Amino acid sequence: MENEQRKELKVTAIASGTVIDHIPAQNVFQVIKILGLDRSKEMVLFGTYLDSRKYGKKGIIKVSNTFFESDEINKIALVAPSATLIVIKDYKVASKSKVEIPDIVNNIVKCFNPNCITNAESVPTKFDVIKDEEILKLRCHYCEKTTTKDDMVFI
Amino acid sequence: MKNKSLVSINDFTKEQQLRILDISEEFEKNPTQRILEDFVVATLFFEPSTRTRLSFESAASRLGARVIGFSSASSSSVSKGESLKDTILTVSNYSDIIVMRHPKDGSARYASEVSPVPVINAGDGANQHPTQTLLDMYSIRKTQGTLDNLNIAFIGDLKYGRTVHSLTIALTQFNTTFHLVSPPELKLPSYVKRHIKDRNLAYHQYTDLMEVIPVADIIYMTRIQRERFSDPMEYEKVKNIYNLENAMLAGSKDNVRILHPLPRVNEISLDVDSNPKAYYFQQALNGVFVRQALLATILGVK
Ligand SMILES: [Zn+2]
Repeated sequence: MENEQRKELKVTAIASGTVIDHIPAQNVFQVIKILGLDRSKEMVLFGTYLDSRKYGKKGIIKVSNTFFESDEINKIALVAPSATLIVIKDYKVASKSKVEIPDIVNNIVKCFNPNCITNAESVPTKFDVIKDEEILKLRCHYCEKTTTKDDMVFI
Repeated sequence: MKNKSLVSINDFTKEQQLRILDISEEFEKNPTQRILEDFVVATLFFEPSTRTRLSFESAASRLGARVIGFSSASSSSVSKGESLKDTILTVSNYSDIIVMRHPKDGSARYASEVSPVPVINAGDGANQHPTQTLLDMYSIRKTQGTLDNLNIAFIGDLKYGRTVHSLTIALTQFNTTFHLVSPPELKLPSYVKRHIKDRNLAYHQYTDLMEVIPVADIIYMTRIQRERFSDPMEYEKVKNIYNLENAMLAGSKDNVRILHPLPRVNEISLDVDSNPKAYYFQQALNGVFVRQALLATILGVK
């Protein structure tokens, strides 16, 4: 535990805030956007394509003085299902958790159906998450069509 | 069900669906009742569908309601670029219920969420057309005396036909055995089959129409629609693949009835029309009773 803690904090330690670790290397910018960190007035540090023993290459984000509600953080599960959430208080790991795939996804992903009303008028998208046979699918609340992971385009 | 929008058939429970069918029966016995004299029904047809619009307007008129609206987007403010939301909010000032047909999938759900008055979906793109499903259920129950334990055959375009999808899903509530006749490229989509499997019901797939004639209680013919095909060659290959002729019905059950959502092209020969087993024109008339029942129920007078 001691060792691991030190390693996590190696890049640049933050005094207080949240570390999101084990993000797929190519999805770091999407996570930043989904969480609105591109508009944050706090210090945000991030790394892409870092070496990881478990994952090969990974991404990491550290945000000072910011703590996420689980509803909010779970939005990133679509692009970073294996992400670990580490809450830092006073330079120490206060808690660690995994993101969980939410039941509803609002206004993050576009509906892949070109004839959907959400692609024709300014209607915020809304999906029910279907965790069918291990494959993540999003069922559009409006057109009722299913968007699969390969078709997901982020707003 | 007062003030409840009807966007998808699943918005109503099985009991609510059956209640609509019961009330439809009352209207069939006594179609002219001026119980909606104090109400205004708006029919907003953002794309033309003369049959469906006339059926709704006939239903409203027989109940004494006043009808306002438009029959195509070009004759409305939509052609000036007004958003759907603004049109709905404006029209809801002038009406107690909105009947809407729109070319975009999901438009009806969205309209029901922004509208202060209830919305009846009269078809949203390729998505849902629940009043068609209810009138089909009504027609099946009326001709068979029950909805339970029937052998229902669907013929034609089972892939793109939303009528078939919605009716299939609705019928899974009634222990139906499904007989699915289509060319291989127009088979029922797997998401619809999933509903059948989830209820542990049986379905059989065929390419030859003759195979289902002796077993079916209902033969539901559908049109293969050109506009659903991106490849015109594909359409040419399958467009006339099924054609029901009167002679083919020789070995059919006595109780069988032929349904079709209309308009037909070549799927049913004219010589079937005089066979007492042909039911498609009566089926269309049943649409008026079902729409009367929906208007009266949602407006809270039934
Ligand atoms: Zn959609």
